Amino acid sequence: MKRKEDKIMLGHGSGGRMMHDLIADLFLKHFSNNILDEQTDAAVLQVGSHEIAFTTDSFVIDPLFFPGGNIGKLAVCGTVNDLAVSGAEPLYISVSFILEEGFPMNELELIVESLAAEAKKAGVLIVTGDTKVVNKGKCDKVFINTAGIGRMKVENRNICKAQGINPGDVIIVNGTIGDHGMAVMNARESFNFRTTVESDCASLNQLIQEVLDKSTVKFMRDPTRGGVATVLNELAAKTELGIEIDESALPINKGVKAMCELLGFDPLHIANEGKVLIVADQKDSSTIIEILKSNELGLQSAVIGRVVNDHAGRVVLKNETGGRRIVDSLAGDQLPRIC
Amino acid sequence: MKYIDEYRKKDLIISVAEKLKSISKKEIVLMEVCGGHTMAIQRFGLPSLLPSTIRLISGPGCPVCVSSQHFIDLAMAYSKIPGVIVTTYGDLIRVPGSTTSLEKERANGSDVRIIYSVLEALEIAQKNPEKNIIFLGIGFETTAPLTAAAILEAKKNNITNFFVLSAHKVMPPVMKALVEEGVKIDGFIAPGHVTAITGTAIYDELASVCGLGVVVAGFEPVDMMQAILMLTAQIESGAPKVEVQYQRVVHNDGNKIAQRMLSEVFELRDDQWRGLGIIPKSGLKIREELSSFDAEKKFQVEVPESTEPKGCICGQILRGLKTPVDCGLFGKKCTPTDPVGACMVSGEGTCATYYKYRS
Repeated sequence: MKRKEDKIMLGHGSGGRMMHDLIADLFLKHFSNNILDEQTDAAVLQVGSHEIAFTTDSFVIDPLFFPGGNIGKLAVCGTVNDLAVSGAEPLYISVSFILEEGFPMNELELIVESLAAEAKKAGVLIVTGDTKVVNKGKCDKVFINTAGIGRMKVENRNICKAQGINPGDVIIVNGTIGDHGMAVMNARESFNFRTTVESDCASLNQLIQEVLDKSTVKFMRDPTRGGVATVLNELAAKTELGIEIDESALPINKGVKAMCELLGFDPLHIANEGKVLIVADQKDSSTIIEILKSNELGLQSAVIGRVVNDHAGRVVLKNETGGRRIVDSLAGDQLPRIC
Repeated sequence: MKYIDEYRKKDLIISVAEKLKSISKKEIVLMEVCGGHTMAIQRFGLPSLLPSTIRLISGPGCPVCVSSQHFIDLAMAYSKIPGVIVTTYGDLIRVPGSTTSLEKERANGSDVRIIYSVLEALEIAQKNPEKNIIFLGIGFETTAPLTAAAILEAKKNNITNFFVLSAHKVMPPVMKALVEEGVKIDGFIAPGHVTAITGTAIYDELASVCGLGVVVAGFEPVDMMQAILMLTAQIESGAPKVEVQYQRVVHNDGNKIAQRMLSEVFELRDDQWRGLGIIPKSGLKIREELSSFDAEKKFQVEVPESTEPKGCICGQILRGLKTPVDCGLFGKKCTPTDPVGACMVSGEGTCATYYKYRS
């Protein structure tokens, strides 16, 4: 196949369109099968008479420690959430470390303690793992790879498939967007913004379970890399329907909003690690919001938009001043503006 | 959020729009010079609020977009020199040069780092004394004082491995050049942040000699609408002049300290603008006495003759003669993911803005 780039660039890992193209044009081309082709956060597998959800994830975050969490906590949350948004009950995870020679043992211990604590909180067991150490300079301090297995309930089997979505359905998020990405960026770059922005990094399985038990959900996805915009664009493309977002309804922390204004970023493109986007019938909307708001991980839940008949395949944002703009997936790496 | 919410009030915007409709009689063309303004206009959907008599066109005020192909090619050549770290503001790394881009060179092994302030480049220089750090200086009177400050700081601290490739430019000559070239403009929405540095005197000639209205505007929708109202009122009454709408930031005299730094470090030179050619005394060159910080003096590289991408009409767009939708490549071969011309790369580029807000 003819590829636009002959080398891997950072944009290929940013969760946006470049990564999407890489997956479609290379990975799917060679690995294609019925299960993988679904391209869901977790694969749903038939094992004997049971269905299980299976997922994997890698964590290469810099810095390792950031306001609101660290790479260890993030590894558990990320894996658990991939299973939970697929409608599965997370049960077991694996944790593999790639460690750089010379990495301080006390920092590793902090990371491991966080892994253990978050796994306990989320109710999953760490049941297997692996350790590799590479020469200094051959990896950046600590990389973690995980896999996760969850039990799939029959009634939730189709949640990851985005089926049965109709115009009029609402889009709900369980709180403020962009917190993780901006907290990490503020910790990594030398902005010295005096802000209290913290990563939203959290395991959402218990919250999601409650929503699934007490209401009807059509689709769920965690808006991690690439942010809310990327998930909604994928959904619009898959359903061949339009999505309209209401800017004034978007829950955004003051600090995140200010950083985005200053750097020229769109909060819709910023990563989240403790958020779930839920698509549901309008009539179920208030029940879902009520359930979410009664949980500390959903206090600022809101309906942020709806599925519409217009502009099929596109996400459009309505702003307060009457303007409308197309919200695209992130094209490559998020770049700051210069003046 | 303070300083944002009060300038995005819908009622206020609507009331200015109504006033505008009641006073606008003549068919006029207003140019917003700054890329930040282009973005604000599209982002807040302002064209739909204007009377049909007022047409807005975008000008050459996106730093990335106007940087010449030769400058991009030079940056690429520098990035391939062993022991060089190229530091740059983010947008620039995706601009396609004649053959490649900094982003691709980085994947090829060049050390290209995105920074948010030129002072970070100085820090990198201090931490890597065995390397040569080249900062790609782009932008107008807004970013040039920072580059000047960095050079003065480097001189003060005897940092000898910090260099600047200057493509810094100044605003007034290009505005005048467009008028002289015959682009139909009745008034300028002048860049707020440039003027915060320069003061308003730089526009006097445009008003007194060329007979054009100039209003220095802020970047929020209320600012923009108010500036358009002020300009329209000037033109309707036949009394063009220089006015400041962005009074919370811009003083008539500008920022004297920044002006002093600029003249201490830079001198004017004739400079190449993408699509506009060479404009006399429109670029900022590092002064001879500070030439030890000038990358062009320090590094001699061979750069093949630069070629502009085929079919790309960035030049005409930057002159306000065409809009992105007139371009055969727009949205097809040229998208933000895979840009052909510079105007599609920068978030402030006219093409990128039109692409984002197309509907």
